[in-house]
Amino acid sequence: MHGRLKVKTSEEQAEAKRLEREQKLKLYQSATRTVFQKRQAGELDESVLELTSQILGANPDFATLWNCRREVLQQLEAQKSPEELAALVKTELGFLESCLRVNPKSYGTWHHRCWLLGRLPEPNWARELELCARFLEVDERNFHCWDYRRFVAAQAAVPPAEELAFTDSLITRNFSNYSSWHYRSCLLPQLHPQPDSGPQGRLPEDVLLKELELVQNAFFTDPNDQSAWFYHRWLLGRADPQDALRCLHVSRDEACLTVSLSRPVLVGSGTETLLLTVDKSPLAVEWRTPDGRTRPSHVWLCDLPAASLNDQLPQHTFRVIWTAGDAQKECVLLKGDTASISTPCGSTFHPCPALTLVPFYHPFLFSGRQEGWCRDSATDEQLFRCELSVEKSTVLQSELESCKELQELEPENKWCLLTIILLMRALDPLLYEKETLQYFQTLKAVDPMRAAYLDDLRSKFLLENSVLKMEYAEVRVLHLGHKDLTVLCHLEQLLLVTHLDLSHNRLRALPPALAALRCLEVLQANDNAIESLDGVTSLPRLQELSLCNNRLWQPTLLQPLASCPRLALLHLQGNPLCQAVGTSEHLAELLPSVNSILT
Amino acid sequence: MADTLPSEFDVIVIGTGLPESIIAAACSRSGQRVLHVDSRSYYGGNWASFSFSGILSWLKEYQENSDVVNESPAWQEQILENEEAIVLSRKDKTIQHVEVFCYASQDLHEDVEEAGALQKNHASVISGSPTEAAHSAYLPSEDESLCTVSCEMPTEQTPSSDLEPALEINDVEVTGEKEKRYDDKTCVKSASEEETSENVPTAEDTALPPKKNRITYSQIIKEGRRFNIDLVSKLLYSRGLLIDLLIKSNVSRYAEFKNITRILAFREGRVEQVPCSRADVFNSKQLTMVEKRMLMKFLTFCMEYEKHPDEYKAYEEITFSEYLKTQKLTPNLRYFVLHSIAMTSETACNTVDGLKATKNFLRCLGRYGNTPFLFPLYGQGELPQCFCRMCAVFGGIYCLRHSVQCLVVDKESRKCKAIIDQFGQRIISKHFLVEDSYFSENTCSHVQYRQISRSVLITDRSVLKMDSDQQISILTVPGEEPGTFAVRVIELCPSTMTCMKGTYLVHLTCTSSKTAREDLEPVVQKLFTPYTETEIENEEVEKPRLLWALYFNMRDSSDVSRNSYNDLPSNVYVCSGPDCGLGNDNAVKQAETLFQLICPNEDFCPPPPNPEDIIIDGDSLQSETSEFSVIPEANSETPKESTSLGNPEEASQ
Repeated sequence: MHGRLKVKTSEEQAEAKRLEREQKLKLYQSATRTVFQKRQAGELDESVLELTSQILGANPDFATLWNCRREVLQQLEAQKSPEELAALVKTELGFLESCLRVNPKSYGTWHHRCWLLGRLPEPNWARELELCARFLEVDERNFHCWDYRRFVAAQAAVPPAEELAFTDSLITRNFSNYSSWHYRSCLLPQLHPQPDSGPQGRLPEDVLLKELELVQNAFFTDPNDQSAWFYHRWLLGRADPQDALRCLHVSRDEACLTVSLSRPVLVGSGTETLLLTVDKSPLAVEWRTPDGRTRPSHVWLCDLPAASLNDQLPQHTFRVIWTAGDAQKECVLLKGDTASISTPCGSTFHPCPALTLVPFYHPFLFSGRQEGWCRDSATDEQLFRCELSVEKSTVLQSELESCKELQELEPENKWCLLTIILLMRALDPLLYEKETLQYFQTLKAVDPMRAAYLDDLRSKFLLENSVLKMEYAEVRVLHLGHKDLTVLCHLEQLLLVTHLDLSHNRLRALPPALAALRCLEVLQANDNAIESLDGVTSLPRLQELSLCNNRLWQPTLLQPLASCPRLALLHLQGNPLCQAVGTSEHLAELLPSVNSILT
Repeated sequence: MADTLPSEFDVIVIGTGLPESIIAAACSRSGQRVLHVDSRSYYGGNWASFSFSGILSWLKEYQENSDVVNESPAWQEQILENEEAIVLSRKDKTIQHVEVFCYASQDLHEDVEEAGALQKNHASVISGSPTEAAHSAYLPSEDESLCTVSCEMPTEQTPSSDLEPALEINDVEVTGEKEKRYDDKTCVKSASEEETSENVPTAEDTALPPKKNRITYSQIIKEGRRFNIDLVSKLLYSRGLLIDLLIKSNVSRYAEFKNITRILAFREGRVEQVPCSRADVFNSKQLTMVEKRMLMKFLTFCMEYEKHPDEYKAYEEITFSEYLKTQKLTPNLRYFVLHSIAMTSETACNTVDGLKATKNFLRCLGRYGNTPFLFPLYGQGELPQCFCRMCAVFGGIYCLRHSVQCLVVDKESRKCKAIIDQFGQRIISKHFLVEDSYFSENTCSHVQYRQISRSVLITDRSVLKMDSDQQISILTVPGEEPGTFAVRVIELCPSTMTCMKGTYLVHLTCTSSKTAREDLEPVVQKLFTPYTETEIENEEVEKPRLLWALYFNMRDSSDVSRNSYNDLPSNVYVCSGPDCGLGNDNAVKQAETLFQLICPNEDFCPPPPNPEDIIIDGDSLQSETSEFSVIPEANSETPKESTSLGNPEEASQ
């Protein structure tokens, strides 16, 4: 037909393509081989630059070749004149740019650029910022480029306000941008330094409110976008609490001293050391964890030599200093029979502090003949609100209101529900307890994929609430029955508890951390799904243990109990192991010191 | 010229509007020999764009209502015994009720120039390259002549005699209705008088420094080439058929586009931005948090409304606006969705159509930017030319200012076999494609047309000021009374290459219920205020000022069925003029349908092959290969330059 073009058929095209690829592969392989040979022979000259640029131009992710180039450039630095070097750097920068265009997310390329810029006597940072802006124009979520931008901005000392404005512009374009939100979280504290909050500190309220509005705009626009919720959580979160010694306990009977720290540490490793002084003179002791494993732990204990517990003095004063955490605590053990209350450290002790106003940071103290302790109260704000908190509860309150508003519109949004729960906890865990549990139920229904996570979180919150209630009641008895608990946490807070009821929950284990309960005498854990007792170990005062209706299926699972010297009564009815023949004999053999084992 | 035309083609296309041009390109691409003619001196027919002087000439043509019948060789004697003729019209009747107003101060004191000068100028500005080139060499002199022409245009002096009464009447109406009235005539007159006395010295100055905030008529004339004034005001939906076609056929490389930057709404006397994309909603200051959520939620639902029939099935019988009331949307949001996103009216649209329109809008969002629309740089008139260019690249032959006297029909087969052109040349072809305005009254005696009301304004600033003054906006103003239609307003900034610096070009479009001015003036008055000297002193002026305004009605033949034409042979196909809609889907659909009739089973505008895939051997292919070597070098002006007879085949040899 007239005017019709004759073009190659698809087979011809495919064949031509195949040949082309084959040719390419041959070139690629031979160039790679040559480079490696030259490198081995130490011939690091410009020809290597030429060869590697051919390969890297096609495949910028070949990390070894970037290393090769660095070696060559380092060599040439020594050999070339400054002018030649400048020209070399210029071509290298141009080459890097072309590689970035091939693959804007190549780790090797960005790293090489960092390296090169770091070596230049007078790097042109303005140009680098421009480059970042251009790449982020194309893909505003390229975190490689964000990374590089932070590097450049730091090197060039770009004012944080300018960088903040840059993140503004990108968030305006598309707020689903983790990098941009994250950068804000780095810049804002720099821009508004608060006197006593360190680099990760809080923001002044006016700034905070502006940020909250911005982020609210984002999650009202698209509540399913996670990036905004994460930023929201950062805004409302607070810095890690200061290191502190939470509790110090001395027991005469066990000749043992126990400390509980605000974060898990590995005592004896590196900088983490605990110093003990008895009556103001240092005492060298061996620290260990309650369960005997050497790993980071909240709770550490040591045996006390008899000399430090003798009756020659009216009282002994024990002081523990945590050097790395810059924290210390002391407590007193009295001579004689009667427990009495003293007021050491110059602080006034309130005889019945719990139910009325408890001043924050007021240490609870007890000094007796058998034991003495000193601990921080969990009822003060500090302890369980680390997840989410802020200076002003009015801010939290208004955040809660807008989240509730959003929740009405989006009853199935998991981020909104979770944020509501966290806000309620930060505001008042006990007041909102019931509401929180309802929200948990809704949240579990809309997000079944995370049901187990939510159960654990809920368990944690319930446990915190119970601890608070216990402390308000000023008792050492903790009832955690019928709470649907799936996990036990904050056990290091329960150092002084004597009676613990865990019955009717969904626990599958008594975890190793339970070994921290050094004062525990009675433990009830009936009607759970317990199949492991790792935590019931070396509990010096444990006398009675109820484990009816659990999933203990063989006697060896009870092995840890052998290390509890005073255990006398053990209830095991309703466990699978009771069905087996010879269980009683086996158990008697395993736990010879337990008087009564009921199966 | 006539001698050079071959006497036989496969397809003859008469009219260079968008659908005709697409078909010409498609036919030529699939190997048909195409002759494409237009009796006008410019491409595009009613799809064309004009410079300012170009539009003045165009106006002149319609205002004169000229009935110029060139003496052409008689065709009658060429018709054989077994043949009959379908005579084509020599007169375009698609444009009516043309009215023009000038508000900018006219700092010229020259006498009104005679019509002859205008005529001459008209020819030179918009016709073929030789004269144009000559003119660009004499730019100053051309400016001079343009200036003198301008004196003739302003309002009361010359609009054609039969329009003058109409003007008079309108003025009376306006003054009667409006408290704050603007008597166009007196305003302009006084303005021009003042200007004349004040600015005589500066007006003479050729290097007139533009005064701040003041654009004079002579500046508009002087910068007339900066204007590209579209006769139809349309936008391209980012996922519309035309975009798909431009990409598929690779014609897109001949044009450049800009994204519309914002969607506006006119509500309670105020212009505001409509948040429609996710980023817009996020950044919007006017919506409350809850509104943001409600709007996003509703729009997200619209994106896949088909998947949730329960949500709307119960409301299928009611109008979309009633349906919106059942959704959790504040009045604010309902207005945005109804008028600015779905772009429908209170009464005209049912729930499903509304949802469909909303979905279509949203589907187009984000492809090229934050709004669903694109605008071609240099105006809508570029698009037909792009397709013509593709047609020419594949061997199509172009003749502008070339009219066809009649179609020759074989009595026996009832098929059209040839045309007879203005030179009396008889050209044979298999298929004939005719734009409907070429048909004479005999052919169209039973056809009913709708009308489009159009207005073109030149203003001094945007209807909604923002950080950037380079905004391209679309604004829908709903009809106020039942029976009136919504008015679509498109405001173009200078960076669209359609108006001079410091001005905005505003297009208003609606389906006609009366004359264009009657339909559109109320909206113009709501949004703009006429330019007067007194108000310049007043800093408090809120509305943009009108510098120049044009009203006209254009015939809308888009829904005319082929059957309503009398006695058309089966191989004569009819293309309609522009429709009133915002997109170009209608033109593309029409083109594709007709193309399938002409070339059944052929691909519609397939992409041109890669140059390396073309097999170059054999003599018969010489011409094609040489064509291809021409493509990359050819600059985008080619179709314009080769106006009278564009055949790249010849050009390359």
